[in-house]
Amino acid sequence: MINLVGEPSPILPVGERGGPAQPLISVRGLLKHFPVKGSGFLKPKKVVHAVDGVDFDILKGETLGVVGESGCGKSTTARLLMQLITPDRGEILFDGESAGETLPLSEYRRQVQMVFQDSYASLNPRLTIEESIAFAPRVHGVPAAKAIARAHDLLHRVGLEPVRFAGRYPHELSGGQRQRVNIARALALEPRLVILDEAVSALDKSVEAQVLNLLLDLKRDFGLTYLFISHDLNVVRFMCERVMVMYLGKVAEIGERDAIFEKTRHPYSSALLASMPKMNPGERTLEPPLSGDPPNPIDPPAGCRFHTRCSFAEDVCRQTLPPLSRISGAQSAACLMAMTNSGHSRAPVQMEA
Amino acid sequence: MKDPMIDIRNLSVTFNRGRKPVKAVNGVSLSVNSGEVVALLGESGSGKSVTMRSLLRLHPKGTSIEGSMRVAGNDVTELSARELADYRGATVSMVFQEPRLALDPVYTLGQQIEEAIMRHENVSRREAALRALGLFEKVRIPSPERRLMNYPHEMSGGMLQRSMIAMAIACNPKVLLADEPTTALDATVQIQILLLIRELQKEYGLSVIFVTHDIGVAAEVADRIAVMYAGRIVEEGKVADVIQNPKHPYTRGLLGARVELAHGRDRLITIPGAPPDLAALPPGCAFAPRCAEAAAQCITDVPRLTAIDDTASVACVRYA
Amino acid sequence: MSAVTTDIDAPVGVLVAKSPGFWSNVLRRLIRDPVAMIALAIIVILVLIAIFAPYIAPYDPSKGSVIRRLKPIGTPGYIFGTDELGRDMLSRLIHGTRLSLIMGVIPVPIAFIIGSTIGIIAGYAGGIVNTLIMRTIDVFYAFPSVLLAVALSGALGSGLTNALVSLTVVFIPQIARVAESVTTQVRKLDYVDAARASGASAATIIRVHILGNVLGPIFVFATSLISVSMILASGLSFLGLGVRPPDAEWGLMLNTLRTAIYSNPFVAALPGVMIFITSICFNLFSDGLRTAMDVKS
Repeated sequence: MINLVGEPSPILPVGERGGPAQPLISVRGLLKHFPVKGSGFLKPKKVVHAVDGVDFDILKGETLGVVGESGCGKSTTARLLMQLITPDRGEILFDGESAGETLPLSEYRRQVQMVFQDSYASLNPRLTIEESIAFAPRVHGVPAAKAIARAHDLLHRVGLEPVRFAGRYPHELSGGQRQRVNIARALALEPRLVILDEAVSALDKSVEAQVLNLLLDLKRDFGLTYLFISHDLNVVRFMCERVMVMYLGKVAEIGERDAIFEKTRHPYSSALLASMPKMNPGERTLEPPLSGDPPNPIDPPAGCRFHTRCSFAEDVCRQTLPPLSRISGAQSAACLMAMTNSGHSRAPVQMEA
Repeated sequence: MKDPMIDIRNLSVTFNRGRKPVKAVNGVSLSVNSGEVVALLGESGSGKSVTMRSLLRLHPKGTSIEGSMRVAGNDVTELSARELADYRGATVSMVFQEPRLALDPVYTLGQQIEEAIMRHENVSRREAALRALGLFEKVRIPSPERRLMNYPHEMSGGMLQRSMIAMAIACNPKVLLADEPTTALDATVQIQILLLIRELQKEYGLSVIFVTHDIGVAAEVADRIAVMYAGRIVEEGKVADVIQNPKHPYTRGLLGARVELAHGRDRLITIPGAPPDLAALPPGCAFAPRCAEAAAQCITDVPRLTAIDDTASVACVRYA
Repeated sequence: MSAVTTDIDAPVGVLVAKSPGFWSNVLRRLIRDPVAMIALAIIVILVLIAIFAPYIAPYDPSKGSVIRRLKPIGTPGYIFGTDELGRDMLSRLIHGTRLSLIMGVIPVPIAFIIGSTIGIIAGYAGGIVNTLIMRTIDVFYAFPSVLLAVALSGALGSGLTNALVSLTVVFIPQIARVAESVTTQVRKLDYVDAARASGASAATIIRVHILGNVLGPIFVFATSLISVSMILASGLSFLGLGVRPPDAEWGLMLNTLRTAIYSNPFVAALPGVMIFITSICFNLFSDGLRTAMDVKS
């Protein structure tokens, strides 16, 4: 693990304000509902509960992993954080300042950047690699020659020789090389937070390992913070200090890596973990941990979102929506079984004196 | 020993589009016994899908296929157009990565399965409909009567893949070809589909070729694994042997690069470089440019796939 | 997986090996397409004929003679015969190239500029702006283009300028529609999101990331409209709404010669043949351009 507490990072992040204890990002009550196309006209109006009231912090210098099935709101959360879509409700605090209010949006965007999953769709096919990387600095007023020089420097940093690659077009590169270019582009504005939305998922395994190493090196050298979205729990376990599990637009569980992976409290997190293929052919999975597909985020079930697939569900789960509550200093979960006196038969009971 | 269900000998597939011919498969030999599951493991461009699709002759015009393929007594390269139509679906059927693209959007799933049955067997629509219902129950689709009347776009990815599997086994084939059937699915759904395929395979005694890039998936379903690299099989053996004791430097590299092993370390061990361009393969071992143990011989000679014991073979000079 | 292309030797003194750009690739592929090249050659020849018409034409196109009326094709001195007023057909066809090309070609680039602007704005803005613009466009779209052109020309009165204006108006909605749909597709791609995330303004994003990727397909569509425009223009002239006699224009010639259709059908068909050849050349060229731009590598 890099950037252990107490080990000062070699470069102080640009624009550091609130001190190391202040979270880099604090998200409170983030909510985004999308109207369903074709509904609402002579029909009842339907909405997709993409992100349905989410609170979390990203600490300075950490990598926060986000996991969950498709439709859980991982990617919408990323796009909300990047301000590519505007939230219906909720607040994003960046190093103590409210994004879009006390911190102007253009300044916020300079400090938060994003790498997308599809390496080809995220590069303009008509621009050369160096032009793509130099675009953002040019927008922020860096002179052309300087922006190109920075692009070459970044290409070098991500392991692509500028002499060979800077003048090429995206289709002349392999998937792994294109994703390195996308990473270089995200770093061109010297951001403090980089959102990696399934950034390595489309790559071949041997290439994925190379890019993961690169991400670790860049994080150390530039003092970056990552929000790492992935469906691969093994990769998340390797990359992240803390992990957030999402289910149907809500946070199911969040906490330090070891707590989430070893002292799992939410039954959904355990099911996700148990769903990973076993590497030992002698210990194959015998029963699927979860049955059925993730439910539709258009009309999520009442009460606990997970109760329809949960093997521990009781009547109280169908009625009460469990809030995300702190279990220990390292972990919070949104499950009635983890809350004292919640009414669930497996909940810890606290005797009144 | 009886004849294998699938016997591929020295198969080469060359695509002749574009300026240079691309040799996607380069002398592959593989046999699969009746009731056996073999995983073809490889990265993109390794030729694993192309090898499997050759068994159904699904390649575009202008593709040249060399070598021989026998499936359940049929010489696949010699089948006439009519025989091929009977052979597809009835003897060998296939499950694709994207069921949404493989199913016809304008017919209900029930209609499509009924059509598939009626094309191969002389049965009434009524009987075909009954069979379709039975198949939907078999692949455990909830409320199957209602689901049979759904169109593909009304189903979720996992349910659609179950329907695809139901259609694939509709005519009691002997061989099931699975082309990354779980890659597009969530992990929670993937494991359900893997277990379903395993269960049906046992029940029907199917021979299965399962193409995947994910070692974990191969470990969950396969009896044997064949690892492909740049159009050739580089290692083949029992699933436990390949995973616990890989021989070929590429397989070792692939297994060593897994993040699960990196616990507590701050870096992953990686294979340097990238797979070669199939239009310009190196003259010797295709992996030699990335191999830490490459010798002079590796750069000039292509190593043959050589048996090292009863069950395992490796294509590497160190085992020749 | 994409094959890595062969390295391009960097010229001495240049730091970065620059790959050939998109348009030079398109040009290379277009040059290799024999059909498109033949079509282009014919178009170039027609343009040259139009420019040098007075020097090429053997006779004055407006000078007729009563004794020479409706001579058949192959008459000595008048290889394409003469028209109903005894004017030399060859000379009239050569001079007709000028007005016919002007009427066929001019409306398209004007409509291209206006239509693309409207369509790109609608496509990039999306939402309510898109709905407002596109529904307005749809009103024009509801009329068949021939009917719309005739109605507009009729309302504006006959004459070359009015014909050009009405043809332009006919093409704007069509081009705007194509522009809107292409822009909407590009707008959804991740690189546009990446550009927005970098804090670039809408104008910068459109200039750098949208235009380069949408103008090509719109341009291809517009070239295919040239042949339509030629036919519509001829139609307007035929109806007496475009060029007025005695000026030579193929559509108008077709009209005036229709009285001779039974006595001398081959001569009467000649202007139609010219319209056919020209419009098919523009069509073939636009097809070639589309194929040349289609491939990714």
